[in-house]
Amino acid sequence: MSLHGRDVISIRDLSREEIEELLGSARKMIPYAEGKKVMHPLEDKIVAMAFFEPSTRTRLSFEAAVQRLGGSCVTIADAAATSMRKGESLYDTIRMLSGYGEAIVIRHPNEGSARLAARASDRPVINAGDGAGQHPTQTLLDLATMQEAFDTLTGLRVVLLGDLKYGRTVHSLAHALAVFGSEIVLTSPPSLGLPDELVERLEHTGARVSVEPDLHKAVRDADVLYVTRIQKERFTDEADYRKVAGSYRIDAGVLKEAKPRLIVMHPLPRAGEISPEVDDTPHAAYFRQAFLAVPVRMALLNAVLGSPKKGG
Amino acid sequence: MVRELKITPIKNGTVIDHITSGLALEVLRIINVQSLDRDSTVSVAIRVRSGKLGWKDIVKVENMELSPRKVNAIALITPQATISIIRDFKVQEKRSVDLPDRIVGILRCPNSNCITNQPEPVESEFDVVQRRPVVLACAYCERRVESFLNHLA
Repeated sequence: MSLHGRDVISIRDLSREEIEELLGSARKMIPYAEGKKVMHPLEDKIVAMAFFEPSTRTRLSFEAAVQRLGGSCVTIADAAATSMRKGESLYDTIRMLSGYGEAIVIRHPNEGSARLAARASDRPVINAGDGAGQHPTQTLLDLATMQEAFDTLTGLRVVLLGDLKYGRTVHSLAHALAVFGSEIVLTSPPSLGLPDELVERLEHTGARVSVEPDLHKAVRDADVLYVTRIQKERFTDEADYRKVAGSYRIDAGVLKEAKPRLIVMHPLPRAGEISPEVDDTPHAAYFRQAFLAVPVRMALLNAVLGSPKKGG
Repeated sequence: MVRELKITPIKNGTVIDHITSGLALEVLRIINVQSLDRDSTVSVAIRVRSGKLGWKDIVKVENMELSPRKVNAIALITPQATISIIRDFKVQEKRSVDLPDRIVGILRCPNSNCITNQPEPVESEFDVVQRRPVVLACAYCERRVESFLNHLA
């Protein structure tokens, strides 16, 4: 099924085949994302960037992706500067924006906002993060990073580490890993575990899911160590936070027993979870992961907005 | 054995029977009895013997027929209820309440950060993802809901 003209709100909106096709296309986009080759399938197209909360990586990589494809952007980068401050609804704002461009990329602090935007807009809407809800392009670039490193997404042992309760990236990623048949190991402080409902849903899809609170044991057989930020504001006692944050810090010592090919990923920004000494080891994949945001978002924009043939 | 009639028959109106015992007052809340005409007498029986359920509640409302939206709300909280339309003391129509695949505008999403709980021109919407027991998922934020009493709009 073609992605041309479609909304992409949740990773669940994409079939396994569509994800595979996008990842294949993203790989071909790499030289274009690096500026070594040039293509302009979005020439004369405008993409409206509706960012109602602060974002660095996501907004800039989307804008870079549009421009690498020859398109241009109109951008709301600060909700405080829009008429929403005067009480305009999101619905009206999106309805208006859909007249200004061929597609809308939205980031908004409320869960479900991207779904609402998709209903308000007669142009395709791409979700760039709705509150603690969905962030499908982050999942796609996470998958692209793993696929580039291992040439497969099946049979990998992936440790999800950190705040698994509130971290939106891990929820969507866990779903995608289950679809591709990789094993999921959950390592988190007890108070920040993956919600039971999600574990049940993962197991329902036939995924192998296990809990390993000991980071050293979890890392030993892992192919991927996916680290997320443990947010200070989730703890009522700062001493508890420091204890937890300290016990999940990735450094050379933690990686000593790891497989040589283990990759360490992080959606960034990091806040001390990964020691800078890891940056120069072959395990560090987080900056590559941040770069792959551009070709992955190019592949998606091209599929949704490019000519239907190219979009596949 | 002489059976004592605890609520008298009504001439015209609606009888909601086989309500899970203890939920009659919730059904009254859904019906919004305050909004009914003065000539709509409402009778409520709580903890009535029932062959099927052991105990049940019954609500009878004169001169009123339920909107589909109210029927859906009743189906959510007490799915085994039956609804009879009475005209001239006769049962004109009797049916069980059926839960549709999508529930619009009846519940508030329990996720306070959901866009449907913001001042937006949208009604809440839930998909029925499981029927026994009923589990709903918000069509916007995907939050699952399994208990409904506290979330009736």
